[in-house]
Amino acid sequence: MSSGSMSDTVLQVEGLHKAFGGVQAVADVSFAVSAGEMLALIGPNGAGKSTCFNMLNGQLVPDAGIVRLAGRDIVGLRPRAVWRLGVGRTFQITATFASLSVRENVQMALYSHAGRLRSMLQRFGAAFRTEADALLAQVGMLDQADRTCGVLAYGDLKRVELAMALANDPRLLLMDEPTAGMAPRERVELMELTATLARARNIAVLFTEHDMDVVFSQADRIIVLDRGQLIAGGTPAEVRANPNVRAVYLGGTH
Amino acid sequence: MTFASIIIQLLNGLAAASSLFLVSAGLSLIFGVTRIVNFAHGSLYMLGLYGAYSLIEALGRTPFGFWSAVILAALAVGLVGIAIEVLVLRRIYRAPELFQLLATFAVVLVIKDIALFTWGAEDLVGPRAPGLSMAVEILGKRIPAYDLLLIAIGPVVLGVMWLLLTRTRWGALVRAATQDREMVGALGVDQAKLFTSVFFVGSVLAGLGGALQIPREPANLELDLAIIADAFVITVVGGLGSITGAFLAAVIIGVAKAFCIGIGTVTWFGFEISFSKLTLVVEFLIMAVVLVARPYGLLGKPQAVQRIAADPVPPLTAPSWKIALVWVVLLLGVPLVADRYITIMLTDIVCFALFAVSLHFIMGPAGMVSFGHAAYFGLGAYAGGLLLKRAGLPMEAALLLAPLCAGAFAVVYGWFCVRLSGVYLAMLTLAFAQISWSIVFQWDSFTGGSNGLFGIWPSAWLAGKTTYYYLALACCGTGIALLWRVLFSPFGAALRAGRDSPLRAEAIGIDLRGFQWAAFVLVGALAGLAGSVYAFSKGSISPSTISIGQSTDGLIMVLLGGVETLTGPVVGAAVYTWVRDAVARHTEFWRAVMGGIILLIVLLFPQGLVGGLKALFLRWKEARA
Repeated sequence: MSSGSMSDTVLQVEGLHKAFGGVQAVADVSFAVSAGEMLALIGPNGAGKSTCFNMLNGQLVPDAGIVRLAGRDIVGLRPRAVWRLGVGRTFQITATFASLSVRENVQMALYSHAGRLRSMLQRFGAAFRTEADALLAQVGMLDQADRTCGVLAYGDLKRVELAMALANDPRLLLMDEPTAGMAPRERVELMELTATLARARNIAVLFTEHDMDVVFSQADRIIVLDRGQLIAGGTPAEVRANPNVRAVYLGGTH
Repeated sequence: MTFASIIIQLLNGLAAASSLFLVSAGLSLIFGVTRIVNFAHGSLYMLGLYGAYSLIEALGRTPFGFWSAVILAALAVGLVGIAIEVLVLRRIYRAPELFQLLATFAVVLVIKDIALFTWGAEDLVGPRAPGLSMAVEILGKRIPAYDLLLIAIGPVVLGVMWLLLTRTRWGALVRAATQDREMVGALGVDQAKLFTSVFFVGSVLAGLGGALQIPREPANLELDLAIIADAFVITVVGGLGSITGAFLAAVIIGVAKAFCIGIGTVTWFGFEISFSKLTLVVEFLIMAVVLVARPYGLLGKPQAVQRIAADPVPPLTAPSWKIALVWVVLLLGVPLVADRYITIMLTDIVCFALFAVSLHFIMGPAGMVSFGHAAYFGLGAYAGGLLLKRAGLPMEAALLLAPLCAGAFAVVYGWFCVRLSGVYLAMLTLAFAQISWSIVFQWDSFTGGSNGLFGIWPSAWLAGKTTYYYLALACCGTGIALLWRVLFSPFGAALRAGRDSPLRAEAIGIDLRGFQWAAFVLVGALAGLAGSVYAFSKGSISPSTISIGQSTDGLIMVLLGGVETLTGPVVGAAVYTWVRDAVARHTEFWRAVMGGIILLIVLLFPQGLVGGLKALFLRWKEARA
C-alpha cells in the first residue's frame, strides 16, 4: 500500500511487531487514522495497547513494521522529533510540570514549538500568554490558569495535558487512557471536548480506553487488540456485533 | 610482569577487596531498603578500626583477644548504627531525601569529633594479628598469612549474606523492601523494626570491615570520607542494592588497584606512564566506564518507581530586586564600619555564597544532585593560580579566565553525568571530583601536589582587604544575579520542567539532556569563578579545595538554607561559614558542635532554615489574622 493513497490519512501503521524477551507484545498490527477521525484502540489488560502506543511516538522502537505520519516513516525518531512533526500526546498517568502554573505549562509547549526555550536572559512567561490562554479557554481551564499544577485535581490535570498536546497544532493526537482515574461524568465530558476540538481542527485522534461507554459514544471507529493481535475493527456497531470481540470481553478470558 | 608477580598482585588485590566489600555490602543493603545515602557509613568503618584497636589493647594481644576484639568492635559499631537510625533517621524518613543526606553529614561531623576526643589526632597503629603474623611463600614470593585469611573472609561473608537474604524471613522482607518499600509497608510489615535491623546488619558489616583492617592500616581521622568514596564507587559499580554486585565490584577494583601499584612505571613508545600514580584514579575511571555502559551498575536494576510521589516542589518565587538592592547597599557599607577580620570573613562568605548558589541551581531547579561540586570550585581556584604562576598572565586576566577553564572541565564531566540520574548521577559527579583531586594532588611539578600553590596574590591595586572584598562582591554578586536571572528565563523554566517530568518534557520536544548539559557547564563556570576569587583572597590553594569535604560543605550550605528557596543557599553559606568560624575559635571540637546544630535544624526545620522560617512566619500571620 503506498502512502498518500488516501489524501486525508494522517497515521498509517503497517505490520508492527514488538517482543519483550519471549513475549510477543504486539504482532503484525496494521491500521490507519484519518484527519478529524476519532479512532479507539481497545482490548483487555495486557493486550499490548500501551506498547503499541509507545511505538507510535518513538518511546519504543518496533522490532518490525512501518509507522507513517502523513506519508513519512517516523520509526526510529525520538519522541521529541515525533512531536516536532505534529504529534501531541497525553499519558495514562498524567505528566505535567508540577512546580509550574497551568498557564506556564502550556506556555512551555508553545515556547518549545517556537524554538525559543534556549534563551537564558529573557523572562519566561512574557511571550505566548494570549495563545496559552486561548488553549486553556478551549479546554475550560482558563479560570485556573494561575494555579500550580501540583495542586490540581486529577481531571483538571488531564485537561491541562490536552491543552499542552494541542499547543503545537498537531495533526495527530495520541491519548493513552485519557480518562483513567476520572469520575464517569468527567470522562464523557473530556472525550466530548476532545472530539469537538478534533473535528473543528481536523486532527486525527487515536485513543485507548477502558470505559466502554466512552468508547462507543465517542469513537468513529474502533479497533480491538487481543494478545498483541488485531482481532476486529470497524464502526462501533460493527465491533459491538463482532463475535470475536464478544468472546474476548465476555467469553471468560477475563 | 612474570607469572608469579601477576599471581601475587592478584592476591594483594583480593585481600584489599575484602574490607571494601564488607563496607560496601552494608552501604548497599541500607540504601536498598531505606533509600538513604548514608554518608556516615564511612564513619562507622572508622569506628570499627578505632574500636578494634582499643579492645585489643584491653583484651590482650593473643589470638583470643584479637578475634574477640574484632567481633566485639563490629557488634559495637552495629549498636552505633542502631542509635543513628533510632535517634535521627527514623524521625525524618518522611522528609525529602536530600534532608536525610544532610542529617548523615551531621553524623559524620559528630562521629569524627567523638573519635578525636576519644582517641586523639595521632594515627594509631594496631598490632599484627597474633598467630598470623608470619608470611606464606607462594611461587617464591612472600604473602602475609593474614592477607590469605582476608581473601577467604570476603566470599564467606558473601555466602552468609546470601543465606540470610534467601533463607530467612528477614531476608525475604529485605529483598521485598529493596524492590518495593511501599508495598511491604502496605502489607503490614513493621517498617521501623525492619529498618533498624537493616541498619544494625549494615553497620556491623562496616564495623567488621574496619576492624579487620587494623593489622594493615593505622586508625586515623581521615578514613571516614576516604572509605565512603570507595564504598560509593563499589556499590554503584556493582549496582545499588546488589550484594553480589558489590562483591564483584570490590574484587575488580581491588585487583585493578593492586596491579596499578605492581606495574609501577613503564615506558611505552617513549612515554613514561606511572601506573602507581593511577592507583587513586583507577576506581573512578572504572566507575565512569561502567556507568556509561550500564547506567545501573553491573548487577543493578532500574530503581523501583515510587508510587506515593514526594510532595511536588513548590513554585519558585522570583527574587525581589528591591530587597536585593537593600542587601547590596548593606554589604557595600559593611567595610566602613567593620574591622579587617569581618571584612575577610565576608569575602569568604561571598565566595561560598556563589559556590552554594551554583550548586543549588544544579541540584534544586535542574534536579541533578552533585556530590562533587567542589571539582569546579577547586579547578577554578587552581586555574586562576596556574594562569598567574605558570602562564604568567596578569592577575586580572587569570581571575576572569579561570571560570572558562572550570567550564571546560564541566563540558567533559557533564557530558557523562547528564546520561544518568538520581543517586547514580550524584556518585558520578563525586567520581569526577575525586579524579580531579587526585590529579592535582599527585602532579607535584605542575600543581604543587599536596602542598598546593603559594604566592597567588591579587595585583597591587586590588591587594587591600577592603578593595578585594568589593571585587569579590562584584564578581560573586554578578554571578549570583546571573544564575537567578537564568532560573526564570525560558532556559531555566525548561530545566525546572524537565526535573518535574522528564517524560512530558521529551513529549513536548525539549532536548532535556542538552539543556542539562548546558546547565552543568554554566554552574561549573560560575563555581569556578567563586573558586578563583577565593584563591586570590587567600594567596594560596591546597588540594582540599577539590576534596569531598569541600563538596559536602557546599551541600550542607544549600540544604541548611533550604533547597526549595532561592535565598536559602546564600543564607546557608553565610550561617555555616560564620558559625564554623565562631565555634572553631572557641573549641577544637567545632565539628561536633556544627553537627549538633545541623541535627537540631534537621529535626526542627525539615525545610531548611529559610523554608522553616517562612513556614513559621506564615503560621504567625495566620494566627494574627
